[in-house]
Amino acid sequence: MKIFGKKIPMVFALLFWVVIWEIIGRVQLLFLIPPFTEVLKSVWELLFTGKFQAAVLISLQSFLMGMGLAVVVGIVLGSLMGRIKALDDLLGMWVNVFVSAPLTAIIPALMVILGFGQTTVVVSVTLFAVWIITLDTRAGVKNISRSLVEMSRSFGASKWDMYRKVIFWSALPEVLAGLRLGFIRGVRGVVVGQLLIAIVGLGELFELYSRNFLMDHFWALIILIFIFAYAISELINRLEQRLEYYAGQR
Amino acid sequence: MTANVVETSPVVEVKGISKTYPGGVEAIKNIDLQIPKGKLTTLLGPSGCGKTTLLKIIAGLLPQSGGEVLIGNTPVHGPGPERAFVFQDFALLPWASVLRNVSFGLELRKVPKEERHEVARKYIKEVGLEGFEDAYPHELSGGMRQRVGLARALTVDSDILLMDEPFASVDEQTRRKLQDDLLQLLEVEKKTVIFVTHSIEEAVYVSDHVALLGPRPSTIMRVIDTRLENVQGEDIRRSKRYLDLVEDLWQILKQYLV
Repeated sequence: MKIFGKKIPMVFALLFWVVIWEIIGRVQLLFLIPPFTEVLKSVWELLFTGKFQAAVLISLQSFLMGMGLAVVVGIVLGSLMGRIKALDDLLGMWVNVFVSAPLTAIIPALMVILGFGQTTVVVSVTLFAVWIITLDTRAGVKNISRSLVEMSRSFGASKWDMYRKVIFWSALPEVLAGLRLGFIRGVRGVVVGQLLIAIVGLGELFELYSRNFLMDHFWALIILIFIFAYAISELINRLEQRLEYYAGQR
Repeated sequence: MTANVVETSPVVEVKGISKTYPGGVEAIKNIDLQIPKGKLTTLLGPSGCGKTTLLKIIAGLLPQSGGEVLIGNTPVHGPGPERAFVFQDFALLPWASVLRNVSFGLELRKVPKEERHEVARKYIKEVGLEGFEDAYPHELSGGMRQRVGLARALTVDSDILLMDEPFASVDEQTRRKLQDDLLQLLEVEKKTVIFVTHSIEEAVYVSDHVALLGPRPSTIMRVIDTRLENVQGEDIRRSKRYLDLVEDLWQILKQYLV
């Protein structure tokens, strides 16, 4: 960013809006927006309350279980779809429908089937994340250069070695891209799931704070969730960049 | 100047090979060819004439629709350790160093790490890439990448080298250097080479024999002796023999162009 020809560090973009938020809060322009400093104070308080910690724990648990399922199912399904044409024809359309469908609409149905508990949240995390992982893995496995496969065959590679030493590494960049998007969607899954159920984990807290107009706590919770989602995405981003040397030949 | 130029015993015999691709495209039809031991034989023809198809059938990478390929009297069913392939697009693992790429053929054949690295280092040196063992493919120029591909094919100690337009994707200057280096290398290594190219000049320059393929569905039209033994060093491309051969091949191929 440049202002009057001077280079401004990116942090100022953040600071600028924080200051505006603070001003709006101070002059009490909107009742729903408390000053940013108050929210920060609440973030600090929140971190040490038992209720918050318990909520984070159960949310994290649902998230990890749901993501574990999504990663395994997504990678296996995507690999199979990439290699077996019949399966690709059978499932391709559905995966594409689900990847763009507003899955939030399904969660009420899930609640009826699976109950108002953690299972529903786990399944909604999986549902949110699994399709993009499947699609990207499929693309990765499908785009493997034919000559790499021919090369390994010409040197007498076994099927297992071919998968382990060539196909897996070839598909890895796409799989990682799928995982990054999948994790972001998974965070959405855990939040939306818990919000709709509203008696589990963070969803319960949200419900509690908004119903009692504890706006600084409400915003504090949102900030923490945003930071979490961003951190996960950054983490996988770093991982992807370390594999940048793929780019050279693809 | 016919198919009878073969005076040493053939190592590879192609007998009545045909290939029809699914969908009905007939790439090659009833090809007979004998590849003499220790020589460089080039398959030359216009783009899309099926010369790469024939090479891949010899390599065992493609199944033929009819006929058979014999290597020392044994029919080919799939790839084998006596043949090594050099790919047009190099086929290097982008995530592996030069050293690992060169030793990858041996790795797939379960040769222990230290042993295969030792062999790989020898050939990396031989193709002129000493000092680049730890570089990755994207850090190398096209010419250097193909040197890696060539070194990998040499490590497995196959008697037969199959080269599919190996120098087609590098620039002209690099190509000439690679051609010279290949010829020098072959004097040391003594391989039987089957070389595919669409360049008449390259064919005449590197080969002992050139097999001319016609347009699809192609057959072998002629096998021509293109040895330049009496021509020395730098003057090859100016010698009468070289220029005559280039012109002869062009006259034959020209008839088949639209």
